[in-house]
Amino acid sequence: MRAPSSELPIEFDGVTVAAGGVTILDNIALTLAPGAPTVLIGPNGSGKSTLLRVAMGLLLPSRGRITWGGLEHVPPLKRAIVFQRPAMLRRSAAANIRFALRAAGIPRADHARRTDELLELVGLPGLADRAARRLSGGEQQRLALARALARDPSVLFLDEPTASLDPVATKAVEDIMRAVSERNIKVVMATHDFGEARRLAGEVVMLHRGRIVEAGAAASFFDAPRTLEARAFLAGELLI
Amino acid sequence: MNMLTRRVLIAAAVLAFASPAVAQDKSIVVASTTSTQDSGLFGHILPMFKAKTGIDVKVVAQGTGQALDTARRGDADVVFVHAKPAEEKFVSEGFGVKRYPVMYNDFILIGPKSDPAGIKGSKDIVAALSAIKAKGSDFISRGDKSGTHQAELNLWKVAGVDIAKDKGPWYKEIGQGMGAALNTASASNAYVLADRGTWLSFKNRGDLVIAVEGDKRLFNQYGVMLVSPEKHPSVKKDLGQQLIDWLVSSEGQKAIADYKINGEQLFYPNASDSGA
Amino acid sequence: MDQDVTALQLVLSGDPALFAIVRLSLYVSLSAVALAALIGIPLGALIALTNFRGRQGVIVMLNALMGLPPVVVGLAVYLALSRSGPLGSFGLLFTPGAMIVAQTVLVTPIIAALTRQTIEDLWIEYRDELTAMNLGPFGRVAALIWDARFSLVTALLAGFGRAAAEVGAIIIVGGNIEGFTRTMTTAIALETSKGDLPLAVGLGLVLIGIVIAVNALAWTARRAGERLAG
Repeated sequence: MRAPSSELPIEFDGVTVAAGGVTILDNIALTLAPGAPTVLIGPNGSGKSTLLRVAMGLLLPSRGRITWGGLEHVPPLKRAIVFQRPAMLRRSAAANIRFALRAAGIPRADHARRTDELLELVGLPGLADRAARRLSGGEQQRLALARALARDPSVLFLDEPTASLDPVATKAVEDIMRAVSERNIKVVMATHDFGEARRLAGEVVMLHRGRIVEAGAAASFFDAPRTLEARAFLAGELLI
Repeated sequence: MNMLTRRVLIAAAVLAFASPAVAQDKSIVVASTTSTQDSGLFGHILPMFKAKTGIDVKVVAQGTGQALDTARRGDADVVFVHAKPAEEKFVSEGFGVKRYPVMYNDFILIGPKSDPAGIKGSKDIVAALSAIKAKGSDFISRGDKSGTHQAELNLWKVAGVDIAKDKGPWYKEIGQGMGAALNTASASNAYVLADRGTWLSFKNRGDLVIAVEGDKRLFNQYGVMLVSPEKHPSVKKDLGQQLIDWLVSSEGQKAIADYKINGEQLFYPNASDSGA
Repeated sequence: MDQDVTALQLVLSGDPALFAIVRLSLYVSLSAVALAALIGIPLGALIALTNFRGRQGVIVMLNALMGLPPVVVGLAVYLALSRSGPLGSFGLLFTPGAMIVAQTVLVTPIIAALTRQTIEDLWIEYRDELTAMNLGPFGRVAALIWDARFSLVTALLAGFGRAAAEVGAIIIVGGNIEGFTRTMTTAIALETSKGDLPLAVGLGLVLIGIVIAVNALAWTARRAGERLAG
């Protein structure tokens, strides 16, 4: 069981992100608290990726503020993110993980052990010496997860991690996310697949055109959506 | 990084920074001309000088003009060329300490076997040049302000030809050294003024033969000078003077006379001729 | 040198004069590439990763400098290293040191420009991940340079090819002194002008052999890189 972290809760206070005259996030008010996974859903272009980047600290809000554990400007030591198409370093799978361990300041003596543990966790134990860029899409996604977990984060962001994966690979990744969540790591994931959202979510936040249209516990969201947009989205309609 | 990579990197680093034999302090730079270098004289006499004194002589072979310029800049310790007026000016301007005559060789007029200007066998260089101009036969000039070039220009003047004004398409200035000039003459069947030394060692003759030789006006005097340490304190004046002293000594003069190509002597020592 | 000996015989018999010339050529060009890499790789990486006013102009200049004419470099270095010049007190003119300086000047823009291109492309790909891992500037540069190692080796080989093949710069600053600053290319120029072709051709064969070997190495490096890049 991990000790309570200083990264959480993550508070969005009137966060707006605008660029080139386009508003990508519009006055977001949101709290990401420890506990079950939070899933961001919504159509493409609704601002999910941008919200994740702001929460990770990769992007600064144009207006408003964001705090981690009550503080602004916290460096991302205990946060990690997995992108939809993760960039693999031109090295072996194990070397990728070791790189992440080094970047996180884990002492060199622990590298070998931690690398084996992480490979085991994401189900890639036999592929340690394979060139990372020659792994399949699903394997690369799992390696990216291992890299992200190398720094023992308190919160893990994932941006549509299974969007380009087949069902088998998707299941593997979702299993890892569940395992991670059970270790008390807060999982914040974006997806446009509401089946996946239903499988994983504790809390659902729905975005449309840069705004939060509905948020709440997964059960009530899926069984009794309150807003028009949510209902339309869940019915499979195109939200313009 | 694996073991092999590490070894390769170390080897590369060692190779990169291990310099070849560290240059001895006992060395001097002599600025001389390409024709002297190409004659092979230095290869013959300098090893004798080194055996006697242990001094390594590094010859930078350039055109006479460039050799004197190199010496003026202080980039050489001794200058050894064959252009008496330019050398005397060099000393009078304070760049050289003293001019010593060393030896002479001669120029010869080379031309095609077919002899279009009809001068083969003549002993009169001035008449020959006038004939070449009159007939418009192809002539290659070095055009590089070298000693040979200056001698050529001088001969045109003696022949009463203002070559700068009167040259035609038959007169080709290539701006390169003696070897290149001979190559060009061989390729285009033209006349060219050359020093005997370069001609004797030249292997690419084609149809070229000696057209005119023996005229006293074709003699080519060499002089050696120490670059003035007052102008350039970095000049190695003691070592440089040792070379000069050896060149004009009976030992050095004999070494010069002994240098032969195909049994023919190239250079005639005349250090004792104070008027040379 | 016996004129009746053919070029091939000279090469195969391991003629000491010929191989002394080859050794000097390799020493000069390899040293120049090493120095150029020491300067050019960090410089290229720096330009790739920092934003500053006039950056595009600097990149254009760097690419243009790849085509510096060797004779012009030779003349400039000659004037600088002459006793009458600003750096004359080093006494480098007419020594292998001057040749290394001239070739370093020639090769550094090539390595810097190619490094800049490679690192910049890689940064675009790795930017998010490296930023998310909270790496400082040194960490980022080290990661990029290591991952770009095969492309960088190809750039070094390109630089070496340029240095080994040129004659204009080193003949001016080296003086083509026999046994001291005479390299393959300057010896070929000299022997050809003397009409003494066997040695010139022999050296030419060795030089072409080296160029082919360098290109084969570059090809191998590219392939190894592609294998790792997937």
